[in-house]
Amino acid sequence: MLAKRIIACLDIKNGRTVKGVNFENIRDAGDPVELGAFYAAAGIDELVFLDITATNEKRKTLADLAKKIAAVINIPFTVGGGVASIEDVRVLLQNGADKIAVNSAAFKNPELVSALAKEFGSQCIVVAIDTKQEADGEWYVYLNGGTVATKTTCLAWAQEVAKLGAGEILLTSMNHDGTKAGFALDITSAVSKSVAIPVIASGGGGTMAHFEDVFTKGAADAALAASIFHFKEIEVHALKSYLLDKGLPIRL
Amino acid sequence: MNVAIVKYNAGNILSVTYALERLGVSAVVTDNVELLQKADRIIFPGVGEASTAMTYLKERNLDTVIKSLEQPVLGICLGMQLLCSYSEENNTTCLSVFDESVVSFLPNGTDKIPQVGWNTISEYGSPLFNGLAPDAYCYFVHGYYAALGPDTIATTHYILPYSAALQKNNFYGVQFHPEKSAAVGEKILQNFLDIK
Repeated sequence: MLAKRIIACLDIKNGRTVKGVNFENIRDAGDPVELGAFYAAAGIDELVFLDITATNEKRKTLADLAKKIAAVINIPFTVGGGVASIEDVRVLLQNGADKIAVNSAAFKNPELVSALAKEFGSQCIVVAIDTKQEADGEWYVYLNGGTVATKTTCLAWAQEVAKLGAGEILLTSMNHDGTKAGFALDITSAVSKSVAIPVIASGGGGTMAHFEDVFTKGAADAALAASIFHFKEIEVHALKSYLLDKGLPIRL
Repeated sequence: MNVAIVKYNAGNILSVTYALERLGVSAVVTDNVELLQKADRIIFPGVGEASTAMTYLKERNLDTVIKSLEQPVLGICLGMQLLCSYSEENNTTCLSVFDESVVSFLPNGTDKIPQVGWNTISEYGSPLFNGLAPDAYCYFVHGYYAALGPDTIATTHYILPYSAALQKNNFYGVQFHPEKSAAVGEKILQNFLDIK
């Protein structure tokens, strides 16, 4: 049976992990390759490396990083952050990334999604959607790291990217991100049930029960978290054992 | 050991090269007929689309070369599918090493297509799976599958049971990605290198 996936996200700036990490067994927790290898050995199902560097050297730095990760890590990994063109994606895939996440660039130019799917196959194109529930109760798409609002609903955009050929959707609830109060079950479930591609839920995971909820009530195919893993608030193996005990299909 | 990876217009070749390096094997990526024929092991990897890949192989006569190889050959994902007789993906006639055909998953209302993620493999029928626990998890990414048939040496269930792996004579094929399947994948690649 296809397993529900647990994904760790690492934020990268100038080739280094930026969010504070708290690992005793790691020589250099700022080294994304070493941290990624640690998670792979701990049983994480996938890794996402999100680059937040804003320099002209970015593409080369990120490509170099992808190559170093691919050399060491024996599980799938996604690279994202500022990816805006076919050429960006080609370079990252050639350097060993399994999948590429596109966000704002896809929204500003939806044809990019279909062009990428046609060029490289849907399987490696993850469309990341940052969404926020406004006072009117509706979930809207936000761009540029959540700083720019749009009038497009999350559900409409999710359905469009699926139609355009996205292989997966990485859905982050800005209302829940960082709260550790649980994932956004309603919008995750609504998106997951309205598209025929896998949905990765992100934002809000704080307890093991939250992960169980996002798979059962949220209908998510995968769940992503960052700090709770980095700060060892939840250990990957313990989380996966817990979910397996709850009857979910989990790779241990 | 002299391992050659078939170079063609399909992605994911670097990952296979690195996975072999982690096993201490330095593979050559080539479409040179002589290098392919004299290698001890051949890996035929691939992420991509069947008809484009077959066209590319035919233009370079690699279709005939691959079929006539006599050392152990391992097709991975699209590589395995291209070793089958036919693929529904753009109605493509394939290499016909394996008797099985490749068809598209049909929506069942609940399972997503393509299948993306870790699924279990079962009913091992080859030394390729020596030393694995039953129902080991491997990483799959595919929208088309090879049906069960006489060459099936492992099965997976997604929407329906299908061939996770095939073998005929010196040809092996796996639908999943051993190069991305953690320790289980490394064991399978090692077993392939160890085939007598």
